[in-house]
Amino acid sequence: MITVVTYDGSFEGLLTAVFEVYEYKLAEVAFSRSSNYQDTIFNTTHQVVASGDKCRRVWKGLEHKLSAKALGDLYKAFLSEQPDIDNVLLDYIRHVFANTVSVEQDFSHPAVLRVVQMARMVHREKHRMEAFVRFQLTRDHLYYAVVEPDFDVLPLIRQHFQDRYADQLWLIYDARRKYGIYYDKESVTTVAMHFSEEVAAGKDIRSIQDEQEGLYQLLWQQYFSSVNILARKNTRLHIQHMPRRYWKYLPEKLL
Amino acid sequence: MISEDRIREKLAILADAAKYDVSCSSSGSKRKNDNKGLGTTGNGICHAYTEDGRCVSLLKILLTNHCIYDCAYCVSRKSNDIKRAAFTVQEVVDLTINFYRRNYIEGLFLSSGIFSNADYTMERLVLIAKKLRTEHRFNGYIHLKTIPGASDELMKEAGLYADRLSVNVEMPTEKSLQLLAPDKKREDMIKPMHYLKEQIVQHTEEKKLIKATPTFAPAGQSTQMVIGATPETDLQILGMADQFYRRFQLRRVYYSGYVPISNDNRLPALGTPVPMVRENRLYQADWLLRFYGFTVNEIVSPDAPLLDMDIDPKLSWALRNLQLFPIDINQADLQLIKRVPGIGIGSAEKIVAARRFNKLNWEHLKKMGVPITRARYFITCHSADFERRDLTPVAIKQQILALGNSKYSANFSPQLSMF
Ligand code: SF4
Repeated sequence: MITVVTYDGSFEGLLTAVFEVYEYKLAEVAFSRSSNYQDTIFNTTHQVVASGDKCRRVWKGLEHKLSAKALGDLYKAFLSEQPDIDNVLLDYIRHVFANTVSVEQDFSHPAVLRVVQMARMVHREKHRMEAFVRFQLTRDHLYYAVVEPDFDVLPLIRQHFQDRYADQLWLIYDARRKYGIYYDKESVTTVAMHFSEEVAAGKDIRSIQDEQEGLYQLLWQQYFSSVNILARKNTRLHIQHMPRRYWKYLPEKLL
Repeated sequence: MISEDRIREKLAILADAAKYDVSCSSSGSKRKNDNKGLGTTGNGICHAYTEDGRCVSLLKILLTNHCIYDCAYCVSRKSNDIKRAAFTVQEVVDLTINFYRRNYIEGLFLSSGIFSNADYTMERLVLIAKKLRTEHRFNGYIHLKTIPGASDELMKEAGLYADRLSVNVEMPTEKSLQLLAPDKKREDMIKPMHYLKEQIVQHTEEKKLIKATPTFAPAGQSTQMVIGATPETDLQILGMADQFYRRFQLRRVYYSGYVPISNDNRLPALGTPVPMVRENRLYQADWLLRFYGFTVNEIVSPDAPLLDMDIDPKLSWALRNLQLFPIDINQADLQLIKRVPGIGIGSAEKIVAARRFNKLNWEHLKKMGVPITRARYFITCHSADFERRDLTPVAIKQQILALGNSKYSANFSPQLSMF
C-alpha cells in the first residue's frame, strides 16, 4: 500500500518527510507538495510538518557520507521541481544510508544518476540566469530585473549577485514563481510580490525609469548588432546558446 | 552631456573595428569584491551570443581606430578609407560601468589603433584601467591589448590594473608579418611577451612571500594570430602556439580565421570564405595540447603538416594509431581513456569514478551520457558485445562520417563543444 506523504514544498519539509519515512517505517511512499494533493480513497496519507530538528538530523547524517558537491547536487535536484524528484531524492538518500562507503559516484544506480543529471540541468539554468539577468535602473536607484527561469534558481544565484553588485540596490523577480530577491546593500531578502503583467514583463516602466536607462539600452543594442560578423552568421549556434524562451527579457533581442 | 547620437555612432564604429579580435575569455582571474565596490571576476560568463554564435562577455572596443600604421589585414589600417572615431577616456569608463551595473558584461576588453605614437596611446589605455580600479572600485575583468613598442614602465603599470594583457603576434611567422605589416617588427611583440612573463612570475613569487604584493595581470597573457591570410601550415601554426605556451607561459593562443576585408593582392580576395572549419580544428588541436596531454607531433608532423578537415584531430590521431586500440575502459588509465575519440575529460573522469562500483557495460555508459557512437570502435567494456571486425582506418572514418550527426561536423566557433 502506498502512503502519500504531504509536506509544505520546502527543502526543509522534504528532509523532515524523509526523516519520518524512517521513523514510521513507511515502505512505499509518494510525495505530494500539500497544495496540489487530492485525496483518493485508495491511499493512506501521512502529513508532515516541517521540523528544523528532524531536517537537521537527516542533513547531518548526509554530511557524514557525502561530499559538499553531492550535497549541493541534492539541493539543486530538489529545485528542479520535477514531479518525480522527491521520490528520486528519497531513493538516493536510502541508498546513501544503506551503504558504508559513499555512493555518490555510483552512477549505475538510477537515483544517483538522475540526481546528478537534474542537478546539472539546474546548475546550467543557474548559470544562464547569472548571464541573462538584465537590470534596468529606476528613478529610485533600484536596479531591477525580471526572469522566468525553467527551474527555481533564485536561491542559487543570490550569492553571486550579492558579491558582484555589493554597492547597488537590486531586485530580481521570478515572474513565473511570483517572488523575488532584493538586496538593500546589506543583505538579501526574499520578497513575495505581485506586479501587473506589463510591469512584470519589463514593458512600459518608462515612467519610473532613470532618465539614462533608455540611452544605455540603446547603446547595448547598438553594441550587440555591431559585434556581429555577417560573414560568419550561424543561427543554429546562436539559438543553441541563447534559446528563444529567454529573449523576452533581453534588451538586445527586443529589436 | 554629449549627444546620444554621437556616442552611439562612436560605439558602432569602434565596436565594429574591434570585433575581429576573437579572444573574449573573461576567466582565469579571481578578483574578489572585498572593498564593497562593484564587481567580481570569476569563471567568465557569456552574457549574450552574437548571431554568429560567439560569446559576448566583454565590452570589446577600440579606444580609437585612427592609426599611423598600415597593416594589410586590418580594417583600421591608415590607407583604408573608413569613418574614424575616438572615445575619450571618460566615455570608455562610463560605458563600462553602466554596462556592468546592468549585468550586460563581465568587463572591458580595450585595444586601440596607434595615434601619434605607441606610448601616447598606451598611456590612455592604462589611464582608463586605473580610473576604473581606483575611482570606481571596479573589480570586474579588464583585458588590455598592449601596443607594440610601448615602454616597459607603461607595460608594468598596465599589469597592475589589468587582469589580462595581450600582445598579438598577428601573423604566425616573421616572414608573413614583414609582408603584411611592414611597419611592425616581430621583435616588438616577442620582447613584451618576454617582459610580461618575467613580471608575472616575479609577482607571483613575491606574493607567496608577501601577501600585500599587488597582483600583476592575474589572468596572465594571451596572444592572437590571423590564420588563412598567409600560407603557413597547421604544423607551423601549432608549433608556434606550443612555443608560446612553453616559453612565455601564455594562457591562451587565439586563432582568428581571416575575414577578407580588402582587395590587396597580398591577401586572399574579397569573397573568399572565412576558414571557419580550419579555425575550429586548430582550437580542437590546441585543446588537445593543453588539456589532453598530446604533443604537437602527435597531431601534425612534417609528413602530414595539415589537419584533417573532415574529422577532428583526436579521431584523426586515433585512426593513425589503431594498434593502441581497443582499450578496456574498466582497466585503462585515465590518460588513455581521455584519448578515446568521443570521450571528453568529463566522461573519462566519470568512467574512472564509476568503475569502482560496478564493471561498466554499454548500458551504463549510455546512461552516464558517454557518447558511444564513435567511442565503440575504440573500446571494450563489460560486455561480450564489441566491435570485432578488423576495420581499416578508412572504413571507420567513413562509418563515423556516415552517422551524419551534425554534432560531429565542425562547429564554427571558438567556443567549441569538444569531441
Ligand atoms: S597597428 Fe594595429 S590598428 Fe594599426 S593597422 Fe596595424 S593592426 Fe591595425
